[in-house]
Amino acid sequence: MAQITSLREAVKELVADGDTVALEGFTHLIPFAAGHEIIRQELERLTLVRMTPDLIYDQLVGMGCATGLVFSWGGNPGVGSLHRLRDAIERGWPHPLEIEEHSHAALANAYVAGASGLPFAVLRGYSGSDLVKHNPNIRFINCPFTGEELAAVPAVKLDTAVIHAQKADRRGNVLLWGVLGVQKEAALAARRVIVTVEEIVDDLDAWPNACILPSWVVSAVCCVPGGSFPSYAHGYYDRNNPFYQQWDGIARDRDRFRAWVQRHILDTADFDEFRRVLAETSEAEQRG
Amino acid sequence: MTGADYDTNEIMTVTASRRLRDGAVCFVGIGLPSTAANLARLTHAPDLVLIYESGPIGAKPHVLPLSIGDGELAETADTVVSTPEIFRYWLQSGRIDVGFLGAAQIDRYANINTTVIGDYEHPKVRLPGAGGAPEIAGSAHEVLIMLRQSGRSFVDTVDFITSVGHLDGGNARERLGLPGKGPVGVVTDLCVMTPDPETRELTVTEIHPGVTREQIREATGWPVRFAERVTDTPEPSRHELEVLRDLKRRTDEAHRSDAVGR
Repeated sequence: MAQITSLREAVKELVADGDTVALEGFTHLIPFAAGHEIIRQELERLTLVRMTPDLIYDQLVGMGCATGLVFSWGGNPGVGSLHRLRDAIERGWPHPLEIEEHSHAALANAYVAGASGLPFAVLRGYSGSDLVKHNPNIRFINCPFTGEELAAVPAVKLDTAVIHAQKADRRGNVLLWGVLGVQKEAALAARRVIVTVEEIVDDLDAWPNACILPSWVVSAVCCVPGGSFPSYAHGYYDRNNPFYQQWDGIARDRDRFRAWVQRHILDTADFDEFRRVLAETSEAEQRG
Repeated sequence: MTGADYDTNEIMTVTASRRLRDGAVCFVGIGLPSTAANLARLTHAPDLVLIYESGPIGAKPHVLPLSIGDGELAETADTVVSTPEIFRYWLQSGRIDVGFLGAAQIDRYANINTTVIGDYEHPKVRLPGAGGAPEIAGSAHEVLIMLRQSGRSFVDTVDFITSVGHLDGGNARERLGLPGKGPVGVVTDLCVMTPDPETRELTVTEIHPGVTREQIREATGWPVRFAERVTDTPEPSRHELEVLRDLKRRTDEAHRSDAVGR
C-alpha cells in the first residue's frame, strides 16, 4: 500500500546514492518538484533513465547528481539544446557522464520489457543507424519462427520510478490521463515508486479503462499541486513555454546556472517556496 | 526572390504540404513538418491523419504545438495512446503511409544526422539525438523530409547516420531488409530533391520561383545533379498563404502566455 507522505520524506526513504532512477513524463506531467527535491538532498552517482531528458535532467546533470544517463532525445522542446547536458557530454562538466543512447521506439520497448518482467525487448528497428556502432546494448537476434533479423535491447530495470499524476485517492490509488508517455511502464519496471499528484480526493471517479496505478504498486504518494511546472498537467494548467525559453539563457552559463539553482532550489524548502521565489525573481527581472 | 509576396519558408511549407495526399496516415515530426502537415489538413487534405510520437492519433490542433506532447494535440485527437503503443501497434506494424521528418544534417543519399557534429565520443556539437526518427525512417511506407538548405546542412557524407535514408545508394535498403521505401522527397527553401530511381542520389527535380541553379549548387555540399526534366515549383496560392498565415498568427497568440513565474 502506498504511504501518503511529504515529498521530502519520500525522496529520503526511497532514493539512494548510486540508484538507477527514472523521472518520466513525455512533455506532460514531468515530475519537476521531485527532481528539485533530489537536488536539495544532494543525491549522487545516480544513473538516470528518461526518454526525453528535458529541463529536469538538465538541472540534475548540471548539479552533478548523475554519473550515467540512458535516453533517446535530449533537447529543450521547441527551443533548442540542453546546455548542461551538452556541457557534461562535450566537456565532462561538472564531471563526466556515461551515456547510453537509444531511439524512442527502443527505449519505449525497453520500458515495456521492464514492466513485463522480461530480460530484453525486441523490435524492428535500428537498421542502418550508427547508434548500433556506439551502444553495445543494441544487438540483433533472429526470429525463431521466420528468421527475420530484429533488434534487441535490455529491459529498463529501475530502483525507483518517479512520476507526476493528476489525482490520487486517500488509499493511494493513482489516476492520470492525457499524454501518458511511458509513466505506467516506468512505474511497473521499478522496485519503488514515488508519485506526486495535483490533488488527493475522496473518490477518483474513474471510468473502467482509465489509467490507474493501484495503491499496492506505489510506494509513496505526495500531494504537490503544480508539481510538474513548467511542464503541464492536463486539466489543471498549461505548459509554461516562456520558462522553457528562459531556461536557454540560464543554462547556457555555468555560473548563472549554479546561482539560479542555489537561489531557487537549494535555498528553498520545498516546491511551494520555489514557486514563490521564482515569481519574485521573474518580476524583478521584468522590472529590470 | 521574384518580388512575390511570400517568403522562402512559406514556399517550402506550401510545397511540402502539397505532397501529402488526402486520407494518408502521416507520422509527424515537430517544427517544420508539423506546420506543413497541418497546412495540408486545413487545405487540400481534410482527412489527413496526423500521428505524433507522444501518443495522439488523428490530432487536429487549432494552433501549432511547440513541443511534441502539447495538450492541444491530446485534446483534438481521435484517441491518445501510450508512447510504447504508438511505436509498436501503429508504426512498427506498418500502418504509417508517410513519415514526415526534419533534420539537422542530410547527405546525398538522404541519410539523416540529428546526433553529433564531429566524432561521437568527442563531439564538436552534441545534437538532441534520435527521438522517433530511426524507426519512422525504417518502417513508414515512405518518408518526406523538410529542412532549409545550406552547405552546412547538405553534406556529402553525414558525420553520423541517426536515421537511415538510402545508405550508400542503389538497393541498399532492400539489402538491409527495411520495410519502407525510405525518403521519396526532400523539400527545401530552394528546391525539391528526389532520389534518382537507380542510384538513389538526391537529384534536383523542382526549383522554386526565382531561385537559380547556381544558388542551389552553392547551398549543397556535394556536386549536385539536376534531373533531365526540372520543373518550376508552382507558386503558393492566395488561399494556401492565407491559411498558413492564419495558423501562425493563432499559434503566436496562443503561445504568448503569462509571466514565467506564474
